[in-house]
Amino acid sequence: MYRKRSAQALVAMSALLAASANAAAPSAEEMWEIIQRQQAQIEALQAKLAQTEEALVETDVKVEATADLIEQSTLAEGAALSAASWAADTTLGGYAELHYNNLDNDRDGGSDKDQIDLHRFVLFLGHEFSEKTRFYSEFEIEHALVEGGEDSGEVEIEQAFIEHNFGGAQYMKAGLFLMPVGILNETHEPDTFYGTERNSVESRIIPTTWWEGGLAMNGEILPGLSYDAAFTSGLFLDPDEGQWSIRSGRQKVAEAKADDFAYTGRIKYTGVAGLELAATLQYQEDLYQGELDDSIDAILYEAHAVWQAGPFGLRALVASWDIDEGIEQFQTGASKQEGWYIEPSWRVFDKLGLFARYSEWDNQADGGGDTEYSQVDFGVNYWLEENVVFKFDYQIQDAPDGKDQYDGFNLGVGWSF
Amino acid sequence: MACRPARARAYLAGLVLVWLALVPAAQAEQYLSREDFLAGAFGAASPSVETLWLTADQRAAAEAVVGWAPGGLRTRYWREGERTAWILEHIGKEKPITLGVTVEGDSIVSVAVLAFRESRGWEIRYPFFTEQFDGLSLAGDGKLSGPVDGITGATLSVRAVERMARLALWLDAQVGS
Repeated sequence: MYRKRSAQALVAMSALLAASANAAAPSAEEMWEIIQRQQAQIEALQAKLAQTEEALVETDVKVEATADLIEQSTLAEGAALSAASWAADTTLGGYAELHYNNLDNDRDGGSDKDQIDLHRFVLFLGHEFSEKTRFYSEFEIEHALVEGGEDSGEVEIEQAFIEHNFGGAQYMKAGLFLMPVGILNETHEPDTFYGTERNSVESRIIPTTWWEGGLAMNGEILPGLSYDAAFTSGLFLDPDEGQWSIRSGRQKVAEAKADDFAYTGRIKYTGVAGLELAATLQYQEDLYQGELDDSIDAILYEAHAVWQAGPFGLRALVASWDIDEGIEQFQTGASKQEGWYIEPSWRVFDKLGLFARYSEWDNQADGGGDTEYSQVDFGVNYWLEENVVFKFDYQIQDAPDGKDQYDGFNLGVGWSF
Repeated sequence: MACRPARARAYLAGLVLVWLALVPAAQAEQYLSREDFLAGAFGAASPSVETLWLTADQRAAAEAVVGWAPGGLRTRYWREGERTAWILEHIGKEKPITLGVTVEGDSIVSVAVLAFRESRGWEIRYPFFTEQFDGLSLAGDGKLSGPVDGITGATLSVRAVERMARLALWLDAQVGS
């Protein structure tokens, strides 16, 4: 009985399912319609995708074109505006250094040197006339204050020249320019050297900062080997004042006597990273510019090496004047004026460097007497920024008998831009 | 010495004139063309030219890390696989230096000076200087991972090259290798 009912229920359920299945399944025609509709949708989507891709490409092109236009119009506007164009061709820079000297004079009765001084305030101004020709100048105020007729500060034009590039690394300068000699004479921004004050050899013998008026050429001979040649105004030692020290001969191209000239040549090798080897030879026709019956000619020999290997540095320089013996009428031994120094340094880390320097110089070296100075310096530079430096150093000087002898410390802050 | 000047100066003036006549034949300031730089960077391979658009945030980040971001809205570069090549310009002392930097795997493959326009410091284009950058990467503080010895008297040009090398490494990190 139970089995019979179950079989009947099963048959009824199967019939019901079959009927239901027959009602849900589309016919072949219906299936064809569905496929066609789906195909149309796919084609519509594909068309839309193609349009989107095309629009994307167009957008890319438009964005690039817009960027081109913006960048070009920025340049064009700059070129169109004469003021902006002038500004783009004109460069401004400068440097300054403030020094505090606390130096004791070891000689009995000698005065100490305790002073604070804005030693130099300098502005560079340059203008490019074309890609090949430019003007460059350096305007300097020394010791902050200039008073008429007073022996205080100085206003100086240390550079004012036209430079022309003949192509490649071949240049000509005409005007007033720094002499190609020594380490500091051409590169003396305070953040580029150790020690508050410039070293005495490059002040008393070379004599930095040294500029003359005339014509100069410089360029590359071989990879790493370059030359400088200069035809310039000469030094002038005033016989009426009995001058004999080389440093006092700088005329600074201020209504300078030009009876006699100077010829300078330098060879420099910089073919290894961190290394500079250079030698300068200069001939002065007459240090007294024809004021004496006989001319007093002179030759300067200078050579130096700069070596920077990682954190370790070394500077060494020797300079010597060989002067006609006629100069001895003003000062015994002055026909030879010479000096040298050596300066090792260690950049302990990026912002801090230590140095030591030993120097000797003598402006009466041909006299045989006690005329030689020597000095030991040691100290630290701290670079607050790449171009902003604080300096501290201590100096121990050994001066000839009867001359001021200064020991003590110097502090400085300097910057360039 | 009384016989000196006039004749010697005339000779000197003559020498100067001869020199002036000869020097215009000297080489141009462009040392390497873009094509030659890319040929050196990628060899026979044909790199794709791509563009990196720098957002304000990226520009600020470059300023913070490298201390400098390039001008313009975008920077073009060349890519082949993981290797990218960048041509950048930055002022040395007064004039722009054009530098090509090839980077692969976060390290510099090579640096080449395409053009140098200053009157001092042209030594930066020689291999003894540029080869110091090979293999260097960007350290955590944004500096290069190794020391680079400079050129005496060309401090600003050397700094400009270092800065461009650091920027190329930073840009390469932005586009992913």
